[in-house]
Amino acid sequence: MHRTGELYGQFETLEQQKETAALGMWVFLVTEVLFFGGMFLTYTINRRAFGTAFGICSNTLDIKLGAGNTVVLILSSLTMAMAVWSAQVGKKKLASIFLIATLGLGTVFLGVKAIEYKQKFDHHLIPGRSFDMKYHPAHPMPGDDLEELDKEKQEVDKAFAVDPDINAHGQLYFSLYFGMTGLHALHMIIGAGLLLWLIKASFAGRFTPQYNTPVEVVGLYWHFVDIVWIYLFPLLYLIDRHR
Amino acid sequence: MQSQLPFSPEQASNFAPHVDDLMLFITLICLFFAVAVTAAIIIFFFKYHRKSPNEVGVPIHGDSRLEAAWMIVPLILAMGMFGWGAVVYVDYRHAPPDALDIYVIGKQWMWKAQQPNGLREINELHVPAGRDVRLILASEDVIHDFFVPAFRVKMDVVPGHYNTMWFRPTKPGRYHFFCSQYCGTNHAIMGGWVTVMEPADYAAWLSGSSGAEANPVVAGEKLFAEKACVTCHVPNGTGRAPSLNGVFGAKVLLADGSTVVADEAYIQESILQPNAKIVAGYQPLMPTFQGQLTEEQILALIAYIKSLQSQPVPATGSGIAPTTEKR
Amino acid sequence: MPHEDYLNARYGIRSWLLTTDHKRIALLWLGSVTVFFFIGGLFATMIRIHLLTPTGYLVTPETYNKLFTMHGVAMIFFFLIPSIPAVLGNFLIPLMIGAKDLAFPKLNLLSWYIYMIGGCFVLYSFATGGLDTGWTFYTPLSSIYSNSAVTPAVIGIFINGFSSILTGLNFIVTIHTMRAPGMTWFRLPLFVWAHYATSMIMILGTPVIAITLLLVGLERMFHLGFFNPALGGDPILFQHLFWFYSHPAVYIMILPAMGVISEIIPTFARKPIFGYSFIAGSSIAIAVIGFLVWAHHMFVTGESVYAALTFSFLSYLVAIPSAVKVFNWTSTLYKGSISWDTPMIYAFGFIGLFLIGGLTGLFLACLGLDIHIHDTYFVVAHFHYIMVGGAVMGYVGGLHFWWPKITGRLYPEALARTAAITLFVGFNLTFFPQFILGYLGMPRRYHTYPPEFQVLNVLSTAGASILALGYLLPMLYLTWSMRYGKVAGQNPWPATGLEWKTDSPPPTENFDVTPEVTWEPYDFKNRPDLGLAAGAPSLAPAHGDD
Repeated sequence: MHRTGELYGQFETLEQQKETAALGMWVFLVTEVLFFGGMFLTYTINRRAFGTAFGICSNTLDIKLGAGNTVVLILSSLTMAMAVWSAQVGKKKLASIFLIATLGLGTVFLGVKAIEYKQKFDHHLIPGRSFDMKYHPAHPMPGDDLEELDKEKQEVDKAFAVDPDINAHGQLYFSLYFGMTGLHALHMIIGAGLLLWLIKASFAGRFTPQYNTPVEVVGLYWHFVDIVWIYLFPLLYLIDRHR
Repeated sequence: MQSQLPFSPEQASNFAPHVDDLMLFITLICLFFAVAVTAAIIIFFFKYHRKSPNEVGVPIHGDSRLEAAWMIVPLILAMGMFGWGAVVYVDYRHAPPDALDIYVIGKQWMWKAQQPNGLREINELHVPAGRDVRLILASEDVIHDFFVPAFRVKMDVVPGHYNTMWFRPTKPGRYHFFCSQYCGTNHAIMGGWVTVMEPADYAAWLSGSSGAEANPVVAGEKLFAEKACVTCHVPNGTGRAPSLNGVFGAKVLLADGSTVVADEAYIQESILQPNAKIVAGYQPLMPTFQGQLTEEQILALIAYIKSLQSQPVPATGSGIAPTTEKR
Repeated sequence: MPHEDYLNARYGIRSWLLTTDHKRIALLWLGSVTVFFFIGGLFATMIRIHLLTPTGYLVTPETYNKLFTMHGVAMIFFFLIPSIPAVLGNFLIPLMIGAKDLAFPKLNLLSWYIYMIGGCFVLYSFATGGLDTGWTFYTPLSSIYSNSAVTPAVIGIFINGFSSILTGLNFIVTIHTMRAPGMTWFRLPLFVWAHYATSMIMILGTPVIAITLLLVGLERMFHLGFFNPALGGDPILFQHLFWFYSHPAVYIMILPAMGVISEIIPTFARKPIFGYSFIAGSSIAIAVIGFLVWAHHMFVTGESVYAALTFSFLSYLVAIPSAVKVFNWTSTLYKGSISWDTPMIYAFGFIGLFLIGGLTGLFLACLGLDIHIHDTYFVVAHFHYIMVGGAVMGYVGGLHFWWPKITGRLYPEALARTAAITLFVGFNLTFFPQFILGYLGMPRRYHTYPPEFQVLNVLSTAGASILALGYLLPMLYLTWSMRYGKVAGQNPWPATGLEWKTDSPPPTENFDVTPEVTWEPYDFKNRPDLGLAAGAPSLAPAHGDD
């Protein structure tokens, strides 16, 4: 962990060091686009092939939680941007506050995701031997609205009539759901770790108008993770919602 | 007379001379450039060998016209190679109508073929000379490939897909065929022989067996009744499902307004995923037969439905798209 | 060597395993890629011995299938892709641009550790049941039917992918931000241009193979259905995803070697390279167009005819920049002052073999021809000509060229030239017969073959034994030279790059004073410091044989 203003050995000037760090993060983010891209492509192809299954599966996701999480994440990008700005103008205390806020919002996001995953587990929607789209409508959970559940049952039955292989195709949807949101969550957890590191450094007063590269670079990463979610949310949660 | 390339298999199909000619063409062009570049290097190597320890070369940085020349000329030659190859390939990918259809199934690690009259072969394929032959290829497990070097043709056999390939054998004889997509332990011994016979001999060989029960059309008709298809797909169009008379090869009108040609792939999809494409005016009532029929049974049903091409199409109750343009 | 250099700056195993010096990291890579070369080479040896007889001489069919798979995986992912970038690129790029190190030295070390971890997973797979899917992992064979250790292998390759990505990232950022004053883009050595283009491919392509193999692993472990037709999946989707990386990957393997050749030829012809900007531009063109041709591996899968036409057309386009390079290299020799030193012999060998390999690509890109030669030994010969005849010769030639800089020693010249020629002869004898085998119809990945193919197979195996000698000799005398070789001066050839303006071996920080570049690349006329001006005392002889 280097001190404020210290030049790393391989660099000639601080300016070069700063430019290098930022460019490094941008190039890394390009690789991340391609990394997520493979799964987005697989999703697109399977969505076209199995529209009915993807539609009914998407409807099992809780749109309120999803939308809420989207707002949380966008807010966290705002606080992150504020943290970067605060560091750049030398408002050290404010920078720390905004970093903590970002971490807090990120944690809320992960918590909600955990709740959603648990829900999927309870409804037998984890791909594998016990996967069954018909399970939840037939087995109400405490807190379920029975009228809603009945509507859901009708939708599921209709879907099975159109595509008898809903359970197989549904597993494709949920594999992609867990794969993509899981990979995203992993990136968020790594982001949380980076934020913890930043908060520690910020409390020690390390970030100044002359030296705030780590905040800027983690900010880029955080914004990227946010953008990935902004694509994931409509693709996964909002299929066939107009009904 | 077909000129034979050195180091090449016999030419026994309509494609073989074209492929060999293409090979010769590309080889000559490449040989020219290879020899020219190699000769230049060898000449320069000796002519400009360093004469004294401190000698330096003459600094020549480049020549844009030369660069343009050796980009454009190879490009033109490359386009020639591309064009000729494309012509042969496009021909290869479009089997002529009235080709003799033979069904070929690849599985680990053997080939099964079924002749039009139902006669089956294992690791053998008999075909008549001078006749267009189309192979319809299916896989029961992993990806295989049907390759006949003497014909210069091959095509992958992919599970979940039907691929077709065609050729016209030109010379009677026995020719090796190979599996040429790695498919596991016995990939290397998953081959056999293609026997090309004079048409008369082929006909004799074909009728030399009592293929009646093995006739795929007959088998398909039996299945059509056994699996109760006929209860909905009533031939006179009064059933809950469209009549299948005349449908094979025709354009079908779907519920969403689009049309699709009812080929083998469409029939197969309709059996396994019946609600993927609903015919206009009908309900999605058909159950799926995924897991209930083997590849061979599906092929038999397809053969039977093909045989209904000549049956009278009812005025109502058929899925065939109207031929007059509405607009 | 009386003064301190990167080799003797610190001692002890920790100073090597925890180093952040790009030069030491390059040597760590040299050791590990050589180990994988041996492993892949061992499998190749067994394959060629087995194929001496039509019915198979050495191993069972199951074992044979594992041999060619593991040969491919070890050689492609753990030798060829890292070789030049991780060994020569790591060592030389900072020196060539006048920097003290790469942009991210710790990431550089991490890259090597990630590679080692990935390598361990793959070696574990080899040791516990082996791998028999082909290095191409086609589904559903790899995802459902194979009973071999597929999962640890795909995990290993997945992990190794990040090594590639980090190396590419490091190079791109370094080349952008760490160039010394005066080192403008068009003064960069072509080796650097080649690695920039290679890095573009590494960062854009590798993530896709990572996700693809991950999906295969998941499908295998949890019975998912992305590529399984019975569950609605499509085996062809796998092929598209796989080849989207694996075709550009072959350009990762050849572009650096082309960069090496672009350095050797001007040096040993003592004149500027002919068409500098065209060679630089062609590297970028190959990287870009290389991403657009992947489905030429799928002409007979039943893909749409329009797709096939498009990919064939684009595949012909990608040949043009390679042709441009060959013409420019050849033209550089015209009116040069050519010496026959070992690196130059390797460069000539490269051009000859790359010529054949590249030209035979034109046969495979031809749709009408590919329906016959696809998946036959013609393909095997084609890619070995480029990957071994091209990339490996470029790698070994580069090792020879920069050996004095890396070790401060010269290798025995006569022995080295003999080895280079042995390699060239052995290589041609091994692989040229395979073009013929392919056209005659022998499919690839066959553990047994019809008897009429035996003569050509025996010729090929005979060649392989000579080839093996050609590889063994440099390993022996290069190692020998590290201790007993003649001491090289700062610039034995002499060559014009910045790396030659510092000591051999270089000090840890590369340059005592940051250089300022005021000269054009490969300029032998206006560089009095090279000692080649007429009347100037000649330099110490470049040959180390005694």
